[in-house]
Amino acid sequence: MTFFFEVLIAGLLTGVMYSLVALGLVLIFKASGILNMSQGAMALFAALTFVSLLEMGLNYWLALVIILVMMVAHAFIVERVVLRPLVNQPLITLFMVTIGWAYFLEGFAQFLWGTVAHNLELGIPDDAFFVMDVMISQFDIVAAVVAAVLVTVLAVFFNKTRVGLALRAVADDHQGAMSVGIPLRHVWVAVWIVAGIVAIVAGLMWGARIGISFALITLILKAFPVIILGGFTSITGAVVGGLIIGASEKVAEVYLGPFVGGGIENFFPYLLALIFLLILPNGLFGDVHIDRV
Amino acid sequence: MSEINTSGDKRQFGEAILKVENISLSFGGVQAISDVGFEVRKNEILAIIGPNGAGKSSMLNVINGVYHPQVGQVTFQGETRHQMKTHHTAEMGIARTFQNIALFPGMTVIDNIMTGRNLKMKANFLEQAFYLGRSKREEIENREKVEEIIDFLRIQPIRKTPVGRLPYGMQKRVELGRALAAEPILMLLDEPMSGMNVEEKEDMCRFILDVNEDLGITIVLIEHDMGVVMDISDRIVVLNYGEKIASGTPKEVAGNQKVIEAYLGVTK
Amino acid sequence: MFYRETGQFKTNYVADRAIFPIRQDRWAIFTLAVFAFLIVPLVANDYWIGAILIPFLVFALAALGLNILTGYAGQLSLGAAAFMGVGAYASYNALIRIPGLPLLGAFIIGGIVAAVVGMFFGLPSLRIKGFYLAVTTLAAQFISEWVFTHWGWLYNYDSSGSISTPDMVILGFGIDTSVRRYYLVLVIVAVLALAAKNMMRNKIGRDFMAVRDMDVAAEVIGIPMLKTKMLAFAISSFYLGVAGALFAFAYLRNVEAVSFDLNRSLAILFMIIIGGVGSILGSFIGAAFIVLLPIFMNLAGHAVFGDLVTQETLGVTELMVFGGLIIFFLIVEPHGIARLWQITKEKLRMWPFPH
Repeated sequence: MTFFFEVLIAGLLTGVMYSLVALGLVLIFKASGILNMSQGAMALFAALTFVSLLEMGLNYWLALVIILVMMVAHAFIVERVVLRPLVNQPLITLFMVTIGWAYFLEGFAQFLWGTVAHNLELGIPDDAFFVMDVMISQFDIVAAVVAAVLVTVLAVFFNKTRVGLALRAVADDHQGAMSVGIPLRHVWVAVWIVAGIVAIVAGLMWGARIGISFALITLILKAFPVIILGGFTSITGAVVGGLIIGASEKVAEVYLGPFVGGGIENFFPYLLALIFLLILPNGLFGDVHIDRV
Repeated sequence: MSEINTSGDKRQFGEAILKVENISLSFGGVQAISDVGFEVRKNEILAIIGPNGAGKSSMLNVINGVYHPQVGQVTFQGETRHQMKTHHTAEMGIARTFQNIALFPGMTVIDNIMTGRNLKMKANFLEQAFYLGRSKREEIENREKVEEIIDFLRIQPIRKTPVGRLPYGMQKRVELGRALAAEPILMLLDEPMSGMNVEEKEDMCRFILDVNEDLGITIVLIEHDMGVVMDISDRIVVLNYGEKIASGTPKEVAGNQKVIEAYLGVTK
Repeated sequence: MFYRETGQFKTNYVADRAIFPIRQDRWAIFTLAVFAFLIVPLVANDYWIGAILIPFLVFALAALGLNILTGYAGQLSLGAAAFMGVGAYASYNALIRIPGLPLLGAFIIGGIVAAVVGMFFGLPSLRIKGFYLAVTTLAAQFISEWVFTHWGWLYNYDSSGSISTPDMVILGFGIDTSVRRYYLVLVIVAVLALAAKNMMRNKIGRDFMAVRDMDVAAEVIGIPMLKTKMLAFAISSFYLGVAGALFAFAYLRNVEAVSFDLNRSLAILFMIIIGGVGSILGSFIGAAFIVLLPIFMNLAGHAVFGDLVTQETLGVTELMVFGGLIIFFLIVEPHGIARLWQITKEKLRMWPFPH
């Protein structure tokens, strides 16, 4: 039984880490209706730059400041080059543009810093500790706390501040928001900055956990089932979805995997998401859409 | 607006081909329609009028099966259903235009109207892939029918233009054409003249009257232009806040106190 | 315009509905056909045929398949390569397990199996649209990837997981040189492209486009949503399946799961974005672009930077260039090169007048 709990908890904590990536997706979708396929590439870019700066000898805090500035610049560039020319285009077009941007960022990051994998030491202890005989990773707990803090800050930001309200208006209707004077461009830059910060956190946490390499980009592929379960527009959904995906994926791999040859972690979340979609097309906490004819 | 003589008294109307009874429709907390019922007789032109938000489009959507009412039933040509299924209504012979134009912007005018002939074309996809026999014959036959409609609506010059590029008034005409292409028994027209100038409205009225008189198609029409409504409709149903507040001939409705208060304002 | 298109009046609908109503266009296509069927095999060398023309044709077919689903019927799919893989594995297994099965029969079986799988994964499209549908197509992609690497029967329990395709024989005639493979692929692709063109300009095409443009209105007219969407997934997956079989048999001569991964799916999507969504011609243009671009970059890179260019830098620049191109096309002409070509022709018709 203890083994099951260990698997479960490890899965839940991995799930929290998935939520970190999913949060970035939810933010941008909430504020602009765009599904940002480049969120993973952004995380890789941030983490790769950070670790390369460290290897060049800079200290932690300086490197952190630099990548923060970089993600701010990134937001401005994305808005100017990618988003502004496509205002009011169908959302599918914007979605595909982010796929293009993901490819570009991936190439650019590796062009700058090379394609070799790096290790990242963040100074977070990784010893295991025991709660009632169940082994839990300290690192995972720290990650969970970080995610919780981030989620709370973002939830407050969206629901209680004026900027948050503006963001939600923009997500609903670009032209409508503009016509009441909401500066679309500023809003988008703001959102992408926040998403960039989320990407930094996700990139660094995951980088510390699994090393910084190309594989970080594939994280985004795990984030999709998370937001499908949780709802594309819900911050809470990103967390709950992450927990469900993380836990079910681990449990399925350990308990079902051996019967079918293993490796089901890759598609199990998607299968789950697919089934979920058929029952709850908008996810657990997503907004329901009514089409007026 | 020039006089369009309909001489309603001399026209023959048949049995009721459409009956809606006790329809109530709500979305979440919003009650769109409350207990509305009326009949439409064969060959007549029935207008549904009322202020914005009165539930007129929703009523058409219920008849069409786009919306499913919580209470009530729709009877068309003897078949009664609690909730209509959209493509079934098409098969039964009901055609529709939409308030905000629901044409297919990526296709040409000809192709859009051809989609109206959809139910008449039986060739399967393999036959179509090699464009043999039945498929070719059907395409040509239906193209001829579509061209007749294009002639009738006088839209020959724009036949091959993608619909998305046409001005609003033309699109409305094309949408009428698509509805006609199905050779329907009943046509539901949702504000077919909105956004048109006087000449365009006169043309549209003429088309609607021709369709009704020459082709014998029964028409249910939502329209805001009172001059048009008074001139061409045989009977009127008035909705306000989702309820039916009056029905009858144009003269009766124009004199109805409730209608005047709710909608028409001061009569001349 | 290069030639005068006016003055060719059609007196009946049959003539008006021809695929190439303008006489000069017919000449152009005829010349192209002569070129493709007669001249190329005589003139081109093995490298050109095997490394450029054959993959170009195969990917054009795949792009055609995806275009039918995504470009014409409006159902965004990120899992095109999965259906290619289904076609490849199905054809392979059909060929080695059914004695006496003709080669083309194996390809057709591959296509049909892909079509069935496609319909299965297309079922969610009845309730789900847009991004959500795109993400469920990813489910198809990942599940397929797993099946291709874990279901031993598929790859004959070969320990390497990658199997070479058996020799191809049609009516006793061995398809063993690159020129013969080229002809095989050319004929199949030409026939299927013609079929696709016909379907898309007839009723099915209109049904698909109606569903794409406004599905509520489509239903109101009487277009059955279930049947139409299932047909779109089925036909599209059939094309993708045959393309996958051709990819394995005529190009790679190997069936391996890694050829049908997410990157491949995205590459096919890029082909239709760049070439032209909702356009048969666009599928070919896009395929040509994606097949030729790496080669072009390789040559250009070496010409300009010489030995500085390594495999690694090429790979990385390729990513940036592809990404950049996608963004460029989506901003400048979301309907792809095919639309740009159409616009150019219209301008040329008016030239030298501006309008």
